[in-house]
Amino acid sequence: MKRWLDSPASETQITQRQRLWLYVIATLIMLFLVAPTLIVIPMSFSESIYLEFPPRQWSTRWYENYFNSTEWVSATVTSLTAAFLTMLVATPLGVAAAYGLHTSQMRAGKLVFILLITPMMVPLILIAIGAFYAYVKLKVLYTMLGLVLAHTVLALPLVLIVTASALKSYDMNQEMAARSLGAPRWRAFLTITLPQIRFAVITAALLSFLSSFDEVVVAMFISGGDNSTLTRNMFNALRDQIDPTIASISTIMIVITSLLMTLAQLFGRART
Amino acid sequence: MTAVDLHAEGLRRDAFRERLALFGLCSPALTLIMVILVIPVGWLFYVSFIGADGQFSLENYDRMLTSKSYARIFRTTFEVSLLTTAICILIGYPLAYFLSQMPSRIANLCLITVLLPFWTSLLVRTYAWLVLLQKKGLVNSWAIDLGLWDEPIKIVHNMTGTLIGMVHIMLPFLVLPLYGSMKAIDRDYLRAASNLGASPVRNFWTVFFPLSAPGLFAGSLIVFVLCLGFYVTPAVLGGGKVILVSMKIASNIELFVNWGAASALGVVLLVLTMLILWGAARFLKLEQLTGGGHQ
Repeated sequence: MKRWLDSPASETQITQRQRLWLYVIATLIMLFLVAPTLIVIPMSFSESIYLEFPPRQWSTRWYENYFNSTEWVSATVTSLTAAFLTMLVATPLGVAAAYGLHTSQMRAGKLVFILLITPMMVPLILIAIGAFYAYVKLKVLYTMLGLVLAHTVLALPLVLIVTASALKSYDMNQEMAARSLGAPRWRAFLTITLPQIRFAVITAALLSFLSSFDEVVVAMFISGGDNSTLTRNMFNALRDQIDPTIASISTIMIVITSLLMTLAQLFGRART
Repeated sequence: MTAVDLHAEGLRRDAFRERLALFGLCSPALTLIMVILVIPVGWLFYVSFIGADGQFSLENYDRMLTSKSYARIFRTTFEVSLLTTAICILIGYPLAYFLSQMPSRIANLCLITVLLPFWTSLLVRTYAWLVLLQKKGLVNSWAIDLGLWDEPIKIVHNMTGTLIGMVHIMLPFLVLPLYGSMKAIDRDYLRAASNLGASPVRNFWTVFFPLSAPGLFAGSLIVFVLCLGFYVTPAVLGGGKVILVSMKIASNIELFVNWGAASALGVVLLVLTMLILWGAARFLKLEQLTGGGHQ
């Protein structure tokens, strides 16, 4: 231990002992980052309405509350459906755009790229009220179609950026080889390029699912009635009072997110 | 013109036509963004210049300049954004520095603590803080047990709660690009400085810190811009006492159905955001701003 403390810690001559403060601070900050989310999990199993930690009495009453409420369950179904459909629409559109931009090398490409990532730069609240207005005119307010299209717009920049960076490190000559051997362009793409960028595409798909599933602000304005999303209902419930049922829903959401992120990490690892 | 020239000309035209067709692959995505985002926002821009009587007027912008309540909202928004960014820098820099100094296996493990909250629903994290910070919540009861304060104090539904929640949400947006830029620093510079006799502290401030500055700048900018338009966390943790521009926009639509006022606020918010991003793009590569947060 003493030897470790006095050993040099970096390229400079500083020792581990002189840097212990850094390790302490970093640990505290990392705790600050993860503890609040993780503490919700045991709390959701508390019997008390005040969500004690550690719970004096364990119970699953808040989960029963959730599963017995048709409102919460139907909102969950809506959110999952919207996220799944968003993934199905945003992934091909985003990949096509990334491929088009990468291969065409047009001068206008830069401008189009910026236009395609505007959903990332424009404040969400503005996108929300804009879409709200457009949907009233187009008569798709509070429909699944409207929700999926809006979430697709929000997910497109993610898909585009992830796919574009994969294409950048991909050697296009391989596709050229396939085409010189007589494969039409679409076939060369599907059989040569796509399999090689598949990890990026899968990551992009998972990200678009997650971004739709977690989205609050736009859903607040354009989803409603039978097509209310889970996040919209949660947000409204939070504004009124602290309903312990939300702790159980939060836990379920954390589990879903962690699962998807683990999947993304696994695919990401396979790439490197 | 010779036959060869004509042939080359034809090939060039074919190549251009193919590139144009490939370029067309962007059009479905582009159309969707146009219909759902660009055109409606353009319409909001137009509406912001229409007065209550349906004629062209600047009254929606005038109100922002003259009304005290609007001035307060803008001040609060800037205050919250600046404070959040400052606190994020203060606690994000040591964390990113720590991560960059660790051997990569430990760094990757610690990085999970940044990525996990980054991908957890922001509503869930806001809820977690609401539960932790309430009067009978964990923070109050632990602080009283430890003797930090005697009676439960109000740390949520006000500015304090808003800031705690916002810093928690924004921190990964700062740490990830910062960590990336620190990792890219060539360690030989540090060795050289040490070799020339610089103390560790001097080495850090004259060599390491300036080299990490672009990442710090990019990260702080992302955080600041995101804070300006933030809605969910301040709406829940502020308890109606911290009113930001985005919340005023929402209430203008939901409660007062005043599209003009909401649009004008939205236009100001958008212009501010774009100005900051445009200014930043002159110093930084676009990819640093867009790609920094992911992966």
